[in-house]
Amino acid sequence: MKIIELKETITASNDRDAAVLRAELKEKGTLLVNLMASPGAGKTTLLERTIRDLKDEMNIAVMEADVDSDVDAVRIEKIGAKAVQAHTDGMCHMDAGMTRRALEGLGDEPFDLVVLENVGNLICPAEFDTGAGKCVMLLSVPEGDDKPLKYPLMFSVSDVLIITKTDVAPYFDFDFDACIARAKKLNPNITIFKVSAKTGEGFEEWEAWLKSAVKNWKN
Amino acid sequence: MHEMGIILHLAKTLEETAEQEQIKKITRVTLEVGEVSGILTDYFTDCWNYFRRKHPVLESAELDLQTLPAVTFCGNCEKTYPTVQYGRTCPYCGSGETWLLKGNECIIKEIEVED
Ligand SMILES: Nc1nc2c(ncn2[C@@H]2O[C@H](COP(=O)(O)OP(=O)(O)O)[C@@H](O)[C@H]2O)c(=O)[nH]1
Ligand SMILES: [Mg+2]
Ligand SMILES: [Zn+2]
Repeated sequence: MKIIELKETITASNDRDAAVLRAELKEKGTLLVNLMASPGAGKTTLLERTIRDLKDEMNIAVMEADVDSDVDAVRIEKIGAKAVQAHTDGMCHMDAGMTRRALEGLGDEPFDLVVLENVGNLICPAEFDTGAGKCVMLLSVPEGDDKPLKYPLMFSVSDVLIITKTDVAPYFDFDFDACIARAKKLNPNITIFKVSAKTGEGFEEWEAWLKSAVKNWKN
Repeated sequence: MHEMGIILHLAKTLEETAEQEQIKKITRVTLEVGEVSGILTDYFTDCWNYFRRKHPVLESAELDLQTLPAVTFCGNCEKTYPTVQYGRTCPYCGSGETWLLKGNECIIKEIEVED
């Protein structure tokens, strides 16, 4: 018998697959955005409006993994973007292998931006690198400003935090300053937007960020 | 939770290692599992024992799970304390502005292999 020391994380093989996928997508000039949030935080609604605003400037596709039904994919196709249903094999997250298979389902068309609407939960998706170039998380006002304390990993791995449903803030005791301070403490580089799909607040800023991220990915 | 998903990743990582190092059989896998990683150890072991039968390199690999203590940091008084005992509230100053430092991880520490 022989003992071999590994000291590797359990997800090491996924991390390697994700790094390869990310490099391939960089080569193709396709920015993959991993969109993560709780169920009902407003992921599909945010995408609908964003696609409507940007579809004339860039070629966008969406991979829906949140539910094992095609309701969200149908919503996206109505707006006029290509959408596929990704299969999570009953898992609570997407990993790099499942993401690669979902991308294959989109065909050979060159996309500037592909958004993965990940499985709705703030824990598991944070642990698995999908190969995305950017991770974007949503936190809706009704969920509360203490979420950075409860789900620190999600806030640590995200490049962007979008606080959604700001129009309902008057009905909830959501302390924006406290929430932002908590998120920045976990992740000083995180970019934060406050949006409402109802009033359109914040979409200009978020979409400007997204456009420049897509452009920078091509260099 | 995601025990089965984690096992798929664990198996893949182990099989890749076995191929690289030309290992035919792994007889023991030692994992370090954080106290608050969310992994249910009994369920995890059951899943593993079911799963490994289908993989020649892994079929005789017993799981050895070692627990790593979870530690939380208080942003208010800057002390650290054991997470499982006190949860989210700092036992020194009562603040709720606290952050998990470690205890969330799941690491493959070592494997035992046949020569
Ligand atoms: N008031 C308000 N409701 C919203 C907003 N965005 C989404 N919703 C509602 O929240 C619910 C869930 O939205 P959906 O986009 O399906 O969430 P998902 O599960 O994260 O994809 C729907 O009833 C939406 O109409 C918003 O900005 N303001
Ligand atoms: Mg949705
Ligand atoms: Zn304290």
